[in-house]
Amino acid sequence: MAERDEDETSGVETTGHEWDGIREFDTPLPRWWLIIFYASIAFAVIYWVLMPAWPLITTNTPGLLHYSERASVMREVAAMRAKRQAEGAQLQRATLEQIEKDPQMQAYAFAVGQSIFGDNCAVCHGQGGLGGKGYPNLREGVWLWGGSLEQIQQTITYGIRSGDPNAHNSQMPAFGRDGILQPSQIDDLTEYVVSLSHRPADAAAVARAAPLFQSNCAVCHGAGGTGNQLVGAPNLADGGRQWLYGSDRASIHDQIWNGHGGVMPAWGRRFDANTIKALAVYIHANAGGQAS
Amino acid sequence: MAGSPWKAHGALERHSLLLLIGIVIVVAIGGLVEIVPLFYLHNTIEPVQGMRPYTPLELEGRDIYIREGCYVCHSQMIRSLRDEVERYGHYSLAAESMYDHPFQWGAHRQGPDLARVGGKYSDGWHRDHLTNPRSVVPESVMPPYRFLAETTLDYRDVADKMRTMRALGVPYTDDDIKNAVQDLRDQDDPTASPTGLHARYGKNVNIRDFAGDPGRITEMDALIAYLQMLGTLVDFSTYQADAPNNLR
Repeated sequence: MAERDEDETSGVETTGHEWDGIREFDTPLPRWWLIIFYASIAFAVIYWVLMPAWPLITTNTPGLLHYSERASVMREVAAMRAKRQAEGAQLQRATLEQIEKDPQMQAYAFAVGQSIFGDNCAVCHGQGGLGGKGYPNLREGVWLWGGSLEQIQQTITYGIRSGDPNAHNSQMPAFGRDGILQPSQIDDLTEYVVSLSHRPADAAAVARAAPLFQSNCAVCHGAGGTGNQLVGAPNLADGGRQWLYGSDRASIHDQIWNGHGGVMPAWGRRFDANTIKALAVYIHANAGGQAS
Repeated sequence: MAGSPWKAHGALERHSLLLLIGIVIVVAIGGLVEIVPLFYLHNTIEPVQGMRPYTPLELEGRDIYIREGCYVCHSQMIRSLRDEVERYGHYSLAAESMYDHPFQWGAHRQGPDLARVGGKYSDGWHRDHLTNPRSVVPESVMPPYRFLAETTLDYRDVADKMRTMRALGVPYTDDDIKNAVQDLRDQDDPTASPTGLHARYGKNVNIRDFAGDPGRITEMDALIAYLQMLGTLVDFSTYQADAPNNLR
């Protein structure tokens, strides 16, 4: 190795190598950088000792702290539950009506309900619960399966056609697709349903469809077509207010032909009873729900 | 060269053999740390009830999930963080991806995590959403996949796919593979007998016309069947989250 020397022009030390007259600067790394580098190595060694780190033959070193991420999240969740304990216990004891009447409990239920609604319900029912085609609007006070607090709670817990044994179950037949009625009869029934809301309709078709309606539709929708919440049959005489699949002639025809029916999951499998109570109170209040 | 410890690295840099040995040592440590845990992988998979290999229809759905790059924007990994547990449910277990080859944890969440999306929404919602995401989620940036409902599922090679999975360690039996095509058709047909599917995959199998297109099996059917199964297999009522073996 050659003698150490400095570059005459810049004054920087060189490595001492020389290749055909070309020499290499030996610019040292900044001291602060080196200190951080070695400190990081020291930190790693301390970390190996304290935290789970090295793989062994059948397991890994647990570290002196025996840290577990899963234990840590379970502690955090438990701590959060404890924090909510006071309100939670109150909610658990109170009936839905009591929660709605008590300003403090109501405020708590609204806070819980709103956050749960945003991530779980709004996906179908829309932001703010405004609904869409096939997904009920929860703001209008129009309810297929009942809008009392208890009915809302029941619907959320078990769902609609969800497969849960306690779910609301009903199925409008596909009168056209399954060949229950003739196409001309479905055309007549479409006029009849239009006429139920006192909208202009073909009088001859309405007259032809009247006995058909009584024998096929009235069992669920009622003789006057006013619906039945026990079987989730909508009111057909309210001018198409919030009909799930539309109220123009084409939509009515499509619904009689295909008998669409949506599915709502049973949320009792995901949420505890308190959360569902809070959600029911939130939805009921936002919809101007029916009195129990 | 001797003297200042700040210059000691010079020795490594000037002796190629020493540098080579140094590199080998460093790479060996890195390799061991990554490879050795694979030898006791079974220790990292929690003992759980209910986990089963995917049905043929779900396996086809998983392939569409991969083909369409769903994993690019969706993760299937609920991390053990409080906010994630609050939003998505129980943190993901290793056992829940033990039949995934490759696993679908994802690396990025442009959309929400899907590890427990099964049963969260209705089949009809998935159909609407995959056809046109904006129709149900106005702020969504997800592309539409309406062609899935129009494309008949090609499942001629489903038995071969199951054989491949078996080679990778998924415990499909000869019976499973022999009945693959029939099981696939039965799962999408609510009028078919569920006996075979239940015998081979247990009671926790959704059997219905997922895409609402009677008489057809489309890619939409397969993808919805897969999505509706995600996160629903493990029976958490029998899982001891705080048992020492299950802590990580």
